[in-house]
Amino acid sequence: MATVTGVSVADTPGPDDRSPLQGDRAGTGRLGDRIFGGLAKGSGALIIALVTLIGLFLLWQAIPAIADDKVNFLFSREWDVNNADNLRFGIVEMLWTTVVASTIAMLIAVPVGVCVALFITQYAPRWLSRPAASLVDLLAAVPSIIYGFWGIKTFGPVYQPFQDFLRDKLGWFPLFSKTTVGGTGTILFIGIVLAIMILPIVTALSREVFAQTPVAHKEGALALGATKWEMIRTAVLPFGKPGVISAAMLALGRALGETIAVTIIVSALAPGTPWSWSLLNGGETFASRIANNAAEFDSPSKTGAFIAAGLVLFILTFVVNAIARIVIERRKAFAE
Amino acid sequence: MSTNTVRMSDVAVVDDPRSTTPNGSSSARTTADAGGSGRPPAPSPVFGQPARARELKNQLARVVMWCAFLLALVPLVWILWTVLSKGYHLLIEPEWWTNSQKGITSRREGGGAVHAIQGTLIQGITTAAISVPIGVMTAIYLVEYGRGRFAKAVSFMVDILTGIPSIVAALFIYAVWVTTFGFQRVGFAVCLSLVILMVPVIVRSTEEMLKLVPNELREASYALGVPKWKTIMKVVLPTAFSGIVTGILLGLARVMGETAPLLILGPYTKAIATDLFSGLMPTLPTMINQDRSESLQPAVDRVWAAALTLILLVLLLNLAGRVVARFGSVRK
Repeated sequence: MATVTGVSVADTPGPDDRSPLQGDRAGTGRLGDRIFGGLAKGSGALIIALVTLIGLFLLWQAIPAIADDKVNFLFSREWDVNNADNLRFGIVEMLWTTVVASTIAMLIAVPVGVCVALFITQYAPRWLSRPAASLVDLLAAVPSIIYGFWGIKTFGPVYQPFQDFLRDKLGWFPLFSKTTVGGTGTILFIGIVLAIMILPIVTALSREVFAQTPVAHKEGALALGATKWEMIRTAVLPFGKPGVISAAMLALGRALGETIAVTIIVSALAPGTPWSWSLLNGGETFASRIANNAAEFDSPSKTGAFIAAGLVLFILTFVVNAIARIVIERRKAFAE
Repeated sequence: MSTNTVRMSDVAVVDDPRSTTPNGSSSARTTADAGGSGRPPAPSPVFGQPARARELKNQLARVVMWCAFLLALVPLVWILWTVLSKGYHLLIEPEWWTNSQKGITSRREGGGAVHAIQGTLIQGITTAAISVPIGVMTAIYLVEYGRGRFAKAVSFMVDILTGIPSIVAALFIYAVWVTTFGFQRVGFAVCLSLVILMVPVIVRSTEEMLKLVPNELREASYALGVPKWKTIMKVVLPTAFSGIVTGILLGLARVMGETAPLLILGPYTKAIATDLFSGLMPTLPTMINQDRSESLQPAVDRVWAAALTLILLVLLLNLAGRVVARFGSVRK
């Protein structure tokens, strides 16, 4: 339902800088108009204030904790916040787990999601495309806790032999080397479950864009003798590319910030576990560490450490969203 | 006649020979079909086949698309099937819909989910009651009023809000509600963090719907001397009403399944609790979370049943949204 592009009327000036919707000067300056217009503008201001407040509050509570940090906040692997006089916490391990798991999820979900979207819009027989689209939309709405619970209870046992195979046969490769984690609480498994979770989101949003491809473009390609695949490659994909990129960015944001599905699945590492590049290692993402320790938020310094982790996550998703926004802006410039 | 059995999707292919050969009985059908099928006609074989390599690639792409679709279907159908098959037997017992879990341990069977369903509904409705006015008014501002830099800033901030992870929203409310003001963790704090997640969804969907309202309607209203705010209230909003409701229901479905804010701000309890401002408040996601690591069968059964209940709730809201959209879309 939410628009893919995220572009508002406010962002698209019409000819002569008039808005596409007329009636800008229809406000009469009467009391009702002034109140209503003020309320509308006030809501807009509230949104701006809200985002600013979120940033400020997180900063305000995180900075003292980071200042008290006895080790390097960005590069330390330690996480010990129980002693208020000796706070030792660093994010590098969480950053690694979060980014790698999300990358795995993207590598699986984006190509498959785009193919499924192409299938639904271009290939599927008509009796199949409507139900398939509805099914995907429904699955995009299934709460993530259900993906997580299904992942660990039902999918995990089926997946385990595959992981054992990787470890035994490809263990010489650093990414698949043996670690202390034997079960399914590995980064690779989180990545796969996240991929299943964001697949419907990528599909639903890409499908919306592909369906908007102008018929003239498609017919033009076909009239020039293109096969169906060539038509898709030359007409549908270039048209949908910015939409797919922003869909992928939205999904990436979802994967980075996913809390409960990851918390259910992941095996936290004991402090002092040697560093490993292996994807078969455990670890915690930002969100899962915060969620796992939510019950112990008691002292301000302790909470501050977790809020600092949340702040990094906020910045991470902010950057991802800003990139999506820039991609859309460029497409607009391209279209004009 | 054999052409009578041709399906709509194939009509485009057989159109050519029929339109060239004079065939009075099917000419009416042909025009009707040509209007009905919006598909581009397939290239006629008269002009020769594409080169074999291109044809091969084309077939390969078709196979890849089918495989991707089937591959994607496997886990998604598997999830639905698992939850359905493991959860349904508790849902068909009336006790599930009338009792709470009070006094029931993991070893014992029985009990229901009415406490969690109530909690989820109360929090969802409270969240909607706060988010809808803010979201709809912001969308009205962006579509009807907002021009220039301030509007662009609002639109950008809505984008940022869309991307905020639920755990960050929860941490923010925690930082304000508990750390700064020193209040307890209560249901209302959960609602506040859900508002942060719901507002951008409502803004974007409402905006789309308001953009669909034909400009002629606004102009006609202005021409009659109706003030702008009355035009919006009496003409624009009613025209877009069903679309807005659909967006709200979809947004509601999304926030009802959120778990992260509940972990931080809304601890679980087994008894019925309906007070948003004091005490614990059970919800379906926390009910699942509570027993997720249990190995005793009664508790595991209840987790699956709670998961199914949650999916049904979300599905119901989605369906309601679709029905509203279908029966009240903006009329041309």
